[in-house]
Amino acid sequence: MQPLIQHSGIIIPLNRANIDTDMLLPKQYLKSLDAHGFGAFLFDDERYLDPGEIDTPLASRRENPDFILNREPWRQGSVVLSQANFGCGSSREHAVWALRDFGVKVLIAPSFGDIFTNNCFNNGLLPLCLPQAEIDRLFALVEAEVGLQAHVDLTGKVLTVSGQNWHFELEEGRRQRLISGLDEIGETLQYVEQIKKYEACRQQQEPWIYRF
Amino acid sequence: MGAQTLYDKLWQRHSVAQMPDGSTLLYIDRHLLHEVTSPQAFSNLRQAERQPWRLDTSLATPDHNVPTLARDLGMGGVADPIARRQIAALERNSADFGIPLFALDDARQGIVHIVGPEQGFTLPGVTLVCGDSHTATHGAFAALAHGIGSSEVEHVLATQTLRSRKLRNFRIQVSGRLAPGITAKDLALYIIGRIGASGGSGHALEFCGSAIEALSMEGRMTLCNMSIEAGARVGLVAYDETTERYVKDRPMAPTGEAWEQAVQLWRSTLHSDADASFDRSVELDAGDVQPQVTWGTSPDMVTAIDGQVPDDGQARDAIQRLDWQRARNYMALEPGQPLAGVPVDRVFIGSCTNAWIEDLRAAAAVVRGQRVHARVRQALVVPGSGLVRLQAEREGLDRIFKSAGFEWRAPGCSMCLGMNADRLNPGERCAATSNRNFEGRQGKGGRTHLMSPAMAAAAAVAGELIDFRSL
Repeated sequence: MQPLIQHSGIIIPLNRANIDTDMLLPKQYLKSLDAHGFGAFLFDDERYLDPGEIDTPLASRRENPDFILNREPWRQGSVVLSQANFGCGSSREHAVWALRDFGVKVLIAPSFGDIFTNNCFNNGLLPLCLPQAEIDRLFALVEAEVGLQAHVDLTGKVLTVSGQNWHFELEEGRRQRLISGLDEIGETLQYVEQIKKYEACRQQQEPWIYRF
Repeated sequence: MGAQTLYDKLWQRHSVAQMPDGSTLLYIDRHLLHEVTSPQAFSNLRQAERQPWRLDTSLATPDHNVPTLARDLGMGGVADPIARRQIAALERNSADFGIPLFALDDARQGIVHIVGPEQGFTLPGVTLVCGDSHTATHGAFAALAHGIGSSEVEHVLATQTLRSRKLRNFRIQVSGRLAPGITAKDLALYIIGRIGASGGSGHALEFCGSAIEALSMEGRMTLCNMSIEAGARVGLVAYDETTERYVKDRPMAPTGEAWEQAVQLWRSTLHSDADASFDRSVELDAGDVQPQVTWGTSPDMVTAIDGQVPDDGQARDAIQRLDWQRARNYMALEPGQPLAGVPVDRVFIGSCTNAWIEDLRAAAAVVRGQRVHARVRQALVVPGSGLVRLQAEREGLDRIFKSAGFEWRAPGCSMCLGMNADRLNPGERCAATSNRNFEGRQGKGGRTHLMSPAMAAAAAVAGELIDFRSL
């Protein structure tokens, strides 16, 4: 996973609530056995005029010229700005892989789906929560200037847009993981003894949990 | 230790260690796997040369992309080569790592959230996870159950634990009784309509009160299943005699002395203490719940069947007004339009929400002696598992459906998410017993109305949305 310490990028405004993971990546792409290569399918239903399957040659597909991800400068965008409950619905991590593969590093919204939030942190993406009033201010700024950039600094937990700063909350452990880009499993496996001890205790108290 | 909620108790019971990053290492007792969200986890295990922590805590079955026709041909009946590759990968991964699998040709195959409870794999008081957001279903057993992403699937396989952050407690108390014919599905949609699609974010929901106590296990599972549609990863119902009766004698449930020991622990611990405090509480009266139907593209865009599509004046703010406009446009409905009478093209009875035997019975009771309306292009019944299908056939439900013009299919997720061939065409409208009415969920451009099995069956017969009680 790529470390995320500071990031500057064009803001992609998606001014609606409840953008679900089905919308981010439709079901036909979940048939992949890989965790990469989903960038071209992000928002597939809205992004293309014709339906696609996982093996449809990209060159044969017609882009929807009105959709923001097909327009400059947002085609190069890497900071998504949206409304409440972004990433709700299905647990598919493929939706986060699609965002990551498209180039998105930071998402800003009043709230995110709970499972989606974990998936973001497990792939080095920052889901950044701000109060609704601040989100409204950001939308106003973005609407006033095409291609507006956001700068995010995880060292000081500051978002900067148009010279204005927003301090954001981020749990320290999660901040450290984004900055380091380290594998969580390796770290957890340093607790092997504790897990084994716990397991032995459960095995004694609730033997029916273990089937063989 | 002071008074605790059921969630607090489950959390404490499974806490292994406090991690330096502020999370808690939570022990996982049960892990369900399917073909769609596991291949990447298995690949990474191989790459890192890691083995699963243990094998008796996992169970795998293909469900998401499996065809619901030609099941007697096994893998040969999977026409889509990409789906076949994914199902084959699950079989290979299960064999390589030694994980028990109910393969495509196994009578016990089905939707993970139906198979787990049916087998007694799901037990009261356990932690249970799966790479699927509807894992909250198993919370009906007073089990801490939730969906996870593929990275977490890998973490659980490798360590039998998850890095977790404690949720807040949210009590949803439903007093009174549901009226005859009003189901857990109506109650779930009603609750989501009340608290909103993100109303439960960051919380574990505990459903309680006389209306919940009166629900069957299947009904409780339907309710917990849709917690995620209210934004909550976790839904819970306390343990009681209904739970105990359901679990007893299931193939993987404890027996003999172990059963006695288990039951003693479950009875004494698996409920919130009387004076436990919740971060949030909502009190509802079951008597207010009418048959529910969604009109929009989020599960909280819902009303009673005698209701109308809302107009802009009813929106609470500008964002909701825009969302409603977009939803009405997508659904091809007008502000103020009554839901009753909206014509439907297809009907889908199935999914992890409503493919239990009692759901099929409720639908069959409406369909008996009737015909699917000529306007309806397709009416599908997809049982939740091979065992549900066999039970229904023993009761003659398949004949009732077939003679009415329904198609009787093999188990899987099917048209709930349309990963297999069961999909809506653009513009088609579907009366569905599933859980999500998102844009494109059942097929690009498809329009979904969520409702109970009896309501979907009535829509099939009437060819339009209708109160099943007036049929």
